[in-house]
Amino acid sequence: MEQFFTQLTNGLAVGGIYALIALGYTMVYGVLKLINFAHGDLFTIGAYLGLTLLTSLALTDHIGGIAGVILLAVMAMGLVGIIGILLDRAAYKPLRTSPRLSAVVSALGASIVLSNTIMLVYGPSTRVYPQGLLPGQVFYIFGLPVPVMRFVILGASIALMIGLYVFIQRTKIGTAIRAAAIDQDAARLMGINVDRVIMLVFFIGPALGGAAGVMVGLYYGQITFTMGWIYGLKAFTAAILGGIGNIPGAMVGGLLLGVIEALGATYISMAWKDAIAFFVLILILIVRPTGLLGERVAEKI
Amino acid sequence: MKHAAGQIKKPAYAVIILLWLIAPLFIGKYWTDVLNNVAIYALLGLSLNIILGYGGMFHMGHAAFYAIGAYTTAIINTAWGVPVLWLMPLAGLAAGLFALVVARPIIHLRGDYLLIVTIGMVEIVRIALINNVFGITGGANGIFGISSPTIFGFQINGIVAPAHYFYLVTAFLAITIVLFYLLENSRFGRALKFLCSDEVAAEGSGINTAGYKLAAFVIGAVWAGMTGTLYASKMGFISPESFSFWESVVMFMIVILGGSGNIAGVLLGAALIIGLPEIFQGLQQYRLLIFGLALMIMMIFRPQGILPPKPRSYPIGKLEKNEVSL
Repeated sequence: MEQFFTQLTNGLAVGGIYALIALGYTMVYGVLKLINFAHGDLFTIGAYLGLTLLTSLALTDHIGGIAGVILLAVMAMGLVGIIGILLDRAAYKPLRTSPRLSAVVSALGASIVLSNTIMLVYGPSTRVYPQGLLPGQVFYIFGLPVPVMRFVILGASIALMIGLYVFIQRTKIGTAIRAAAIDQDAARLMGINVDRVIMLVFFIGPALGGAAGVMVGLYYGQITFTMGWIYGLKAFTAAILGGIGNIPGAMVGGLLLGVIEALGATYISMAWKDAIAFFVLILILIVRPTGLLGERVAEKI
Repeated sequence: MKHAAGQIKKPAYAVIILLWLIAPLFIGKYWTDVLNNVAIYALLGLSLNIILGYGGMFHMGHAAFYAIGAYTTAIINTAWGVPVLWLMPLAGLAAGLFALVVARPIIHLRGDYLLIVTIGMVEIVRIALINNVFGITGGANGIFGISSPTIFGFQINGIVAPAHYFYLVTAFLAITIVLFYLLENSRFGRALKFLCSDEVAAEGSGINTAGYKLAAFVIGAVWAGMTGTLYASKMGFISPESFSFWESVVMFMIVILGGSGNIAGVLLGAALIIGLPEIFQGLQQYRLLIFGLALMIMMIFRPQGILPPKPRSYPIGKLEKNEVSL
């Protein structure tokens, strides 16, 4: 029981991270119908930028641990968001009217470029996040220990997700994003600047991915330049699981995938941990390609 | 066939073939080995080309079939000492069967979904190999002591004498090129290209699109499996590392950058992607960066690849008189 509980909370924390990355995939897919393969690498850039800011600015020494980490995460998010816009300009914008394969291949190329740029800048070895920035206490729920870090990660990701949801549902810009996702041409006729919307989507998605990168650094304590690949694939699986193009779906899918993976690794096999997500991916695409919350069956998959 | 003869008659092709054949006499062991790698990747690229180039299916898990061929060869060869070249058809069969089982439920997925599922497939295969599935793959260390190919008692050691191996792999490459050329221009090849350019129209014309796609997948897998035999017997040992996702990306790049759907383009792609990094060794650490940029730039300026296939031309003389009414 204790093991189950430990793995459940671990799964929820990791799932929150997957969900944040998945939001980036799902938002871009919603508006452009493009799988942004480079999104996982934007997440890695977030983790590395977070580390650089953390070690070079020493913010946490001046304004305290928690405030410092929050400020730093916000800075990393902004920077990754800007890189996201630049990525769109360089790799996807020239291909808006090209066939699908061209954009997908370009995305793959961009992913290779980004991950190798990280390697050339930061070196190929694993980098370590400084420890002890956030409180390392352990909570007790029904007498079962839960590290407070898991709450922080889950709480932060849920807060970001709710913020995004409210932004998309309640604001004028959010409505424009939803309109562009449904029908770009009609949105244009209604006076929506679709290019602006796309730019915004390429800012918000990568920014959330960057936040997830910082969280992974804080949670696991170490980062590598190749990690974006596996996190990206899993987050994409989460997006599909919830229903791609659907924002609440990405949240549900992420949390669900995190829990499935944590429990599967414990009760089925640790060695097959990474394969579990891929089995889920293949299964969901065969059985229910629209995902759990996906209703719109606009195109044949 | 007449067309094929005409193409080979072109002096440029003849010179390239001649240079390729005599190259091992003039270049050292190292560069002969590079040519061997180019040939192996050319085979892999050609096999992927059937799926990706003719069939238009975004398949990025080709290393899985290659791995299954290589592991089939290695397991049977080390366990029972069956000569490796005899295992080639068996390796192809194993990879083909695997493709049949795996591709059947996913073949209908649209473009980028298929891409992501095939990535999942190749990762699952790699994790299975590392986890020593069924206790026969040797886990992360792989399998050692695979014997070299022998032809009429003459042993061809790919490491000690790359030049001998060169002619073996070249012979297989030549057979492959001829067969795939015939395939490309057969009813099957034309149907495949048609469904690639317009699936609905193809289905409307009575082409069993799912069947043809599946057949393309299986043929590509069989060839990758047989190439796996060549690779395993060349190296003498194999491990899951040799079949990482990156291998699939390299094969994908060979086809896309070279010119998908065109045999000459794929061969050029293999030469560029495998050969060029050897020439510019000083830039080794920027290799992937340059490939990534090349992919992006090519998609913007020349998405069809360096050597795209020529559109089919039908000589007017072949038509019946009443057909020329337009």
